[in-house]
Amino acid sequence: MELDEVVCFSRFSRVAICGGTHGNELSGVYLVREMQKAERKAKERGNDMEVITVLSNPRAVQRGLRYIDTDLNRCFTHAMLSGSNTNDAPYEIIRSRELNALLGPKGSRDAVDLVCDLHNTTANMGLCLISYSDSDWLCLHVFRHLQRQMPDVPTRFIHFNATNKESYSLDSVGKHGFALEAGPQPHGVMRSNIYTTMKMGVEHVLDWVCLFNSGFVFEGGSVDVYTVVRNIDYPRDRDTHNITAAVHPQLQDRDFCLLYPEDPLFLTLSGETLRYKGKEPLYPFFINECAYYEKGIAVSLARKRRVAIPAIRVQTEQEQQAKKDECTSEEEEE
Amino acid sequence: MLSCARRVAIFGGTHGNEMSGVMLVNLWVQNNTEVQRKGVEVQPFITNPKAVEKCTRYVDTDLNRAFTPENLSTLGGGDLPYEVRRAQEINRMFGPKGSPEAYDVIFDLHNTTSNMGCTLLLESSKDHFNLQMMNYIQKSIFPASCLVLLNEHPLLKYSTSRSVAKHPVGLEVGPQPQGVLRSNIFESMRDILKHALDFIELFNAGMEFPPCTVEVFRLSERIDYPRDDNGNIIAMVHPNLQDCDWEPLNPGDPMFQTFDGKTIHYQGSGTVYPTFINEAAYYEKQQAFATTRRESLVASAIRKA
Repeated sequence: MELDEVVCFSRFSRVAICGGTHGNELSGVYLVREMQKAERKAKERGNDMEVITVLSNPRAVQRGLRYIDTDLNRCFTHAMLSGSNTNDAPYEIIRSRELNALLGPKGSRDAVDLVCDLHNTTANMGLCLISYSDSDWLCLHVFRHLQRQMPDVPTRFIHFNATNKESYSLDSVGKHGFALEAGPQPHGVMRSNIYTTMKMGVEHVLDWVCLFNSGFVFEGGSVDVYTVVRNIDYPRDRDTHNITAAVHPQLQDRDFCLLYPEDPLFLTLSGETLRYKGKEPLYPFFINECAYYEKGIAVSLARKRRVAIPAIRVQTEQEQQAKKDECTSEEEEE
Repeated sequence: MLSCARRVAIFGGTHGNEMSGVMLVNLWVQNNTEVQRKGVEVQPFITNPKAVEKCTRYVDTDLNRAFTPENLSTLGGGDLPYEVRRAQEINRMFGPKGSPEAYDVIFDLHNTTSNMGCTLLLESSKDHFNLQMMNYIQKSIFPASCLVLLNEHPLLKYSTSRSVAKHPVGLEVGPQPQGVLRSNIFESMRDILKHALDFIELFNAGMEFPPCTVEVFRLSERIDYPRDDNGNIIAMVHPNLQDCDWEPLNPGDPMFQTFDGKTIHYQGSGTVYPTFINEAAYYEKQQAFATTRRESLVASAIRKA
């Protein structure tokens, strides 16, 4: 990639803001509700961009649960989206297909340009932008913008390397997408500081999109990316599978503080310290996330690296037309 | 006066997602060495196993509100909500509530998402045995602190699982998210129970506890979130109040913040001490926080009869 290369992307015409994908993660639930109230005054942002607000899992929201039958945010693989609805299909599978029809179809030209999915965590993670890619320049530029606009909020980019596995979350339905995760906040609770962070974050995302659509050239640079390497489960009882230790007090709340070999990981109920046995120092996060007990994750570990990002801007109308002509002639040749 | 505290129970999992109590009781059910004391039969017990299994507060209805006289006496068998059947069973095993056969002391272990630290829950200002125990615990853990919340309010008090015993003691430790186990919270609860059991052992051995003064926070009022006509919450606990359990709230102080950033102020007539600020389980009970007033109670001397 040349340093003076400017990468062009087509303009954003539709952006989706989704809350309540997990019904007890309240910042997104209330933020989407407030945005929907404001929408009734019918004030669109300029540049003919449509902002779609969605309450992803209304039944779970109503009951204050993460999910009714199964985790909605794992229901967006192509296989799960393409089956037919049977009588005993889990509620979330039916819902994922509805959301795919509304915001997708995933992988098609009709999908929304950007999905921003709002989440909370009980872990002390500040604000995180979570993505499957470390080379989606749009998402990385949005992240850099958030960092610069919110210097008082610790803001980080987490990359789930899904090259082997297919993407399964709601944000994968859009042409571009990411989750915006804010913590710490207990599930079922709304903390005003966390709500404010989320609200500001979403406003800055939408501001960035408008700026992008208006033709602004975003200079290149570099950002820090945390790429997930592995997860560590709690020690468990062989027979009951119940956990037998808690996250060590010296690790608790220390998300993104480098974990070195032999650092404490867990404290057993009988007072024994269990230590990190890896060879490489890694960055822990999602430390003691409530919802991950059942997924077998006490802490996730990531490598940090600096990623160079090119300058980007929106495609001009002429460039878009030229591209269309190119595609049409290719189709004719076929 | 209690002649001897011989039968003691430790309840965990009254709310299935309050993890300290679940873990402690499971540990002690497997190995009760830590909770054994001379002359006392200590029974650790999971009160709501179905809720614990699902890691949820309750299955049909809140067990810690279910021990009403109506519920305890009603017939209906399998048609009754799970927690009502459970309350009847617990009343048979550890009660009957109000009778001479009831357990002497029951400790009921809870967690809260509120920043309440360690709090002891007292149901009667005339329970001198409990007041002496709480005084002993406070002195033992000093300089760490443990406050006493008294709920004797005729309208706000409720029928707890521990109320089956002659001397019910609630133990509330926070902040901890539901479904999460934090090591420091777990160890704090464990430590308080250790001192509570030590007190019982000393009492049974004949030690006299002279009169003492115990400062308590008496529950006064429940304050709900501001809501719209449809019952939806329209403001959040103000950042100045969030996490400030037990700190004075004065008339005019910020209390709530609307979604567009406006402040709603406390309009009471005097200074109160708020607690249970932003407890997750109380959204559905229409409570953003509770107010309390400080009071000094005098506990009479006690000695085993």
